[in-house]
Amino acid sequence: MSTDIPGGEKTAMTLAESDFAADRRVHDMGSALRDYRDRIRAGELGALPAVLGLIALVALFTALKPDTFLSKGNMANLSVQALPITILAMGLVFVLLLGEIDLSAGVASGLCAAVLAKLITDAGQPWYVAVLSAVAIGIVIGTTIGWLVSVLRIPSFVVTLAFFLGLQGVTLRLIGEGGTVAVRDELIVALSNRNMPIWLGWTLATACVAGYTATQLLRWRRRHVRDLHSKPIGFVLAQCAVVAAALLIGTYVLSLDRAPSPLITLGGIPWGVPLVGALLIVCTFVLGRTAYGRHIYAVGGNAEAARRAGINVTRVRVSVFMIGSGLAAVSGIVAASRLNSVATDAGGGNTLLYAVGAAVIGGTSLFGGRGKARDAVLGGLVIALIDNGLGLLGTSAYLSYLITGLVLLFAAAIDALARRRRSNVGR
Amino acid sequence: MADNGDPVLRVTGLNKSFGAVHVLHDVDFTVRLGEVMALVGDNGAGKSTLIKCIAGTHPFDSGRIEFDGRQVSVDGPRAASALGIEVVYQDLALADNLDIVQNMFLGRERRRGLVLDEPSMEQAARETLARLSIRTVKSVRQQVASLSGGQRQTVAIAKAALWESKVVILDEPTAALGVAQTQQVLNLVRRLADTGHAVVLISHNLNDVFAVADRITALYLGRVAADVARSEVTHGQIVELITSGRSGGLGLAPRTAAENI
Repeated sequence: MSTDIPGGEKTAMTLAESDFAADRRVHDMGSALRDYRDRIRAGELGALPAVLGLIALVALFTALKPDTFLSKGNMANLSVQALPITILAMGLVFVLLLGEIDLSAGVASGLCAAVLAKLITDAGQPWYVAVLSAVAIGIVIGTTIGWLVSVLRIPSFVVTLAFFLGLQGVTLRLIGEGGTVAVRDELIVALSNRNMPIWLGWTLATACVAGYTATQLLRWRRRHVRDLHSKPIGFVLAQCAVVAAALLIGTYVLSLDRAPSPLITLGGIPWGVPLVGALLIVCTFVLGRTAYGRHIYAVGGNAEAARRAGINVTRVRVSVFMIGSGLAAVSGIVAASRLNSVATDAGGGNTLLYAVGAAVIGGTSLFGGRGKARDAVLGGLVIALIDNGLGLLGTSAYLSYLITGLVLLFAAAIDALARRRRSNVGR
Repeated sequence: MADNGDPVLRVTGLNKSFGAVHVLHDVDFTVRLGEVMALVGDNGAGKSTLIKCIAGTHPFDSGRIEFDGRQVSVDGPRAASALGIEVVYQDLALADNLDIVQNMFLGRERRRGLVLDEPSMEQAARETLARLSIRTVKSVRQQVASLSGGQRQTVAIAKAALWESKVVILDEPTAALGVAQTQQVLNLVRRLADTGHAVVLISHNLNDVFAVADRITALYLGRVAADVARSEVTHGQIVELITSGRSGGLGLAPRTAAENI
């Protein structure tokens, strides 16, 4: 690339800011931090609100309930509580990325769980048949919603509101009024109620840390040798250190013996956690590293531009609803595992609002085009923390609803303000 | 300047009607490599319709389109871009939430196996921007939302030049821009031609047209009033061609020009 400055016309832009200055500047920690601060100011909040929220909530509940909140048993409980919300939210991230909404995801998860329970308990099918059927039904629901939204062009709000009502009816018919179906399959129950052996937990956590660090470093090196825009190596290492610390501390806490009686030992990571981990890795890869993921962002940002660029917008729209409802089915299975049963109101109530709240608190925009798979995990933890902490405080039900509603509004307000900020700041 | 370059795109005898309305009458239109061809005309003269016929968005009733000397049928936008015809529309069609590289490669991402090949795309984007001497961009990893109007226009044009495109059609590229930004974009239009593309510039602004065009085609109520070299006409003559279809010895025969009114 030539570096000569063209003679003649001087533009209003100063030279220091031109010619890919930011791409070529040698980044050090200082400039990287300044860039980060500028991005926050310009409304690119990223994971910051969720992380601050997590810290604030932990501090608050620790202060209010020092003996029970931080207990080892409660920490394990918390991780299990967050699982179904997180999985449901991860599916919703895909839908929200297009600026659409799926109000039926909660009850779809309930219906899929009901199908699973009926197949295992009443029809005596093995777990894999039940799981595959449940996920297949989720995908069929998603395909139908997607078709109605993208081909018939009915607003997703209306389509999924109709499904929200309709699917509850199907679940009710399936289980019978006022009934519950027990889930006793060893493997399904183990998801939320059994723990991994401690050595396996440590092995997995170490492998994840090593894998994450290796990918980050490899990526940094590949960009660095080609003289492309790259963060300073210190920044990358710090990022790896934070992720490693979070993973290893989590593993340590969950590996402690939390049995209430000294006669038995109870410790290890609940089996559902690596499931969420695997989903997180897959979804992050799909959204960030594949052409399909790029097309989801493009359709969410400017559907017309995506169409002109030759992207099949209809197919992308249908596919995100398929992913949303498919992951809802998985979430329903995990929820059924946690309760050992499926009731007629499974996935109803505030399940969906919790999941939407989780995605939005994590940083996914309701306006489409912005969001990551990790948002579901961070936001899911925040929501589970609120739920868990309020439970420990013995807050009355009406207050819990009020507080959770306010938190959702608060997160949506931050999203809207950040969006306004972004459109105001033209650099 | 290569105003005698090879004709890469030649439209002959193009007719197009929307129902009873005859929008294009026997239009002849030629674009050469290395040349900026300005397409001027009043609102409703048929500029956009002509472009849409070339770009494959509209089917036409009769006439032929030759590309590189061969007759081609442009039966869709994909066929047009496969030939090497890229259109930059007025409303830009960039996704605000993606960065410059992601926008430039949208829909045609390079990948290695399943994975996007980011380094190669980033390098290619930078090379294209550098080749067109686009130096006002701070970082190619900047989100398009943070760019000014002129920079966005620049990115949209560079996107068209990134592909092995031979003909780049620009629809009112300076319509919404300030003075300095207009200058920036016009410089880019000139460089686009100088780097071997054939450029079609649709504009209402005759100052822009006279600043960069090599030839000018004036449309008047669906007919080609004149196809002239810029150096052979004056500002005033073009205005007359646009408003009345003729100017002195140039333009439509008086009877043809009058029959449409």
